Amino acid sequence: MRPTTARLLNILVPVKRCVDYAVKIRVNAQQTGIDANVKHSMNPFDEIAVEEAVRLRERLKDKVKSITVVTIGPAKAAETLRTALAMGADSGIHIEVPESAPAPEPLGVARALRAVVERRRETDLVIMGKQAIDDDLGQTGQMLAALLGAAQATCASALEVDVEKRVARVRTEIDGGAQELVCTLPAVVTTDLRLNEPRYASLPNIMKAKKKPIEKLTPADLGVDLTPVLETIKVTEPPKRVGGGKVSSVDELVGRLKEAGFT
Amino acid sequence: MLCSRATARHLARYAKRWQHTSARPALNSVTPDDIAHFAQFLPQNAILSTLSPVSVAPAEIEQYNSDWMGKYRGKSTTVLRPHTTEQVSKILKWCHERRIGVVPQGGNTGLVGGSVPIEDELILSLGNMSKVRSFDPVSGALVADAGCILEALTEHIATHDHIMPLDLGAKGSCQIGGNVSTNAGGLRLLRYGSLHGSVLGLEVVLPDGTILDNLSTLRKDNTGYDLKQLFIGAEGTLGVVTGVSILTSAAPRAVNNVILALPRFENVLPLFKSTRRHLSEILSAFEFIDRTAYELAVKHGQGKGLTNEESEGAECFVLLETSGGSKEHDEEKLNALLETLLESDPPLINTGVLSQSPTQFASLWRLREGVTEAVSKEGKAYKYDISIPLASFKDVVDATKEQLRKKGLLHENAVKHVLGYGHVGDGNLHLNIVAAAYTQEIEAALEPFVYELVSSYKGSISAEHGIGAMKTHAIHYSKSAVAVDVMKRIKHLFDPHGIMNPGKVLE
Repeated sequence: MRPTTARLLNILVPVKRCVDYAVKIRVNAQQTGIDANVKHSMNPFDEIAVEEAVRLRERLKDKVKSITVVTIGPAKAAETLRTALAMGADSGIHIEVPESAPAPEPLGVARALRAVVERRRETDLVIMGKQAIDDDLGQTGQMLAALLGAAQATCASALEVDVEKRVARVRTEIDGGAQELVCTLPAVVTTDLRLNEPRYASLPNIMKAKKKPIEKLTPADLGVDLTPVLETIKVTEPPKRVGGGKVSSVDELVGRLKEAGFT
Repeated sequence: MLCSRATARHLARYAKRWQHTSARPALNSVTPDDIAHFAQFLPQNAILSTLSPVSVAPAEIEQYNSDWMGKYRGKSTTVLRPHTTEQVSKILKWCHERRIGVVPQGGNTGLVGGSVPIEDELILSLGNMSKVRSFDPVSGALVADAGCILEALTEHIATHDHIMPLDLGAKGSCQIGGNVSTNAGGLRLLRYGSLHGSVLGLEVVLPDGTILDNLSTLRKDNTGYDLKQLFIGAEGTLGVVTGVSILTSAAPRAVNNVILALPRFENVLPLFKSTRRHLSEILSAFEFIDRTAYELAVKHGQGKGLTNEESEGAECFVLLETSGGSKEHDEEKLNALLETLLESDPPLINTGVLSQSPTQFASLWRLREGVTEAVSKEGKAYKYDISIPLASFKDVVDATKEQLRKKGLLHENAVKHVLGYGHVGDGNLHLNIVAAAYTQEIEAALEPFVYELVSSYKGSISAEHGIGAMKTHAIHYSKSAVAVDVMKRIKHLFDPHGIMNPGKVLE
């Protein structure tokens, strides 16, 4: 991860196309995965990451030289890139995989992102969601930072970048509170919900986004293999909740609890 | 002696009632004997009454006695919650014989006081009749009990990829029987038409207890008078709707919505024309929100859309929705429209937001649907639901504001806001006056001013909310004396004792 030579900031934001969080998830009939023939949209944490990059530019003006969004996914994932471009990113990279390909795992994704970073001349800051809402793995950011040998700050709830001093000040959420981290650039920052509230893409910006460049790549172009290491044996729905019952006295309650094995 | 004193007391009560309701026949109050009679065929949990032997606390029937805005309040002692049509029939038969006034009540989400008693009429709540009777996935005909909640029906048929022909802000509480009885319009009317078209049949219990089973699922049926039409929009004055057969449509496979910020109100009409031409069959909603309504919705956290910079300088907003069968096809049309709008000279719109996900889709809709709720959080609302020519939407809002200003009522302690929003596609404006409190003074400034104003545009004083208790005196602004007389004759034919929802619709 080469830092920018001039005192400027180049930002990379990885985004993922996920089943929209408002959609009720259903297991497919073969029990190999979920029914994917539903509404998709950008992973909400990634939306926060795009928003933060755009806000950095609004604060730092010309000091933010570029905001590039990158995604790995089937042809339709280009829509997710367009949404990010409409929010204010400058250009996109689409690492295209076949519709039928299994979902890549964090390590594969992190390796692909490292390859993207290394291909580019300069990247100072990677801002990405702390997790994707489909698999909830929450590992990619940390793995990428390790592969790049870059600083990492996870679950950010505030971010400030001093371009001249080449440091990022990040408030991150930890158990029972928050901590302030100072990272030397280049760095990987993963976003939490409190960081910001993403904007809606306006019509003029949606129109402009159509003309912004998207570079298409394949995993082979980057020299990475996205084949999963883990094998999915079966996907099932969680057991249905059964309704509760009413008890009329404390004694009955204690009796029921004992029956259920609580002592 | 005792007997005559009781009679005197009765007479005194009637005298008092006469003062309120000049031409209505005298009705009797519910007595413990009536409760005992109802208990013979109704389960215990179906009778709520402050009278013995049930004797619940008045607080328990409070929600039935008042409307959700807190504007109308009845003095009913008894609420019956039957489970079957037969039970409804027995209740009405008794009330008919005993001349007890009956107010049928659905979700009690009405805006004109049609579902709460004026005096101490018996409240007949349909909430326990909430079963779907049948659904035909081929024709789309849905037959359901009147007490089914609109949203529950929407969810029920969603599993069969169908949608209800109507949708309104109150969908989580309102019931299909109430929707039919008030001929509710709502957000999908532009696309799917009014209930006069989509209702295929009704089961109605007439005031004397007779069950009129008209639950047809046929789309075409020209045999004699189409009786069901009489009960659509009758607001429970001719009988109680207990079952509804309604035509539902195949659910669209792609929906999109956009909120547009317009520099001037004058652009709404050319925008509507342009939208209809570009989107043709996929246009499913075209909703108008003026600046004041938009700001109230945003202030009270009803959804979000444009940033402050984007909404700055906009005089009004339009929410449009498309529903179609193919995502690519719809998006292509919508994009072509939006490009035309942005590139026209001068531009018809300042800017806008196109939803990018189901969450954003819902959030944009909340801006429009949430205006009602935002208004009730802001203060006490006088609501006028009027049909007028599209071009006069703004004139009506401005004229009303001017009227209140002239009367010195346009300030923080009287009328806080005058706002307009509604269904452009249907020529239906919701004119809302948000006041600090309901007062005689404000009402006198608004009525008959608003009705006369509407009448001057040859409009309707009630587009979709109905007459209820609020506008009985004003029906003549929209209907001729001959028409009102025929209505009264129909009312008398069905309900000679005048027990059904007394004081509503007709004086």
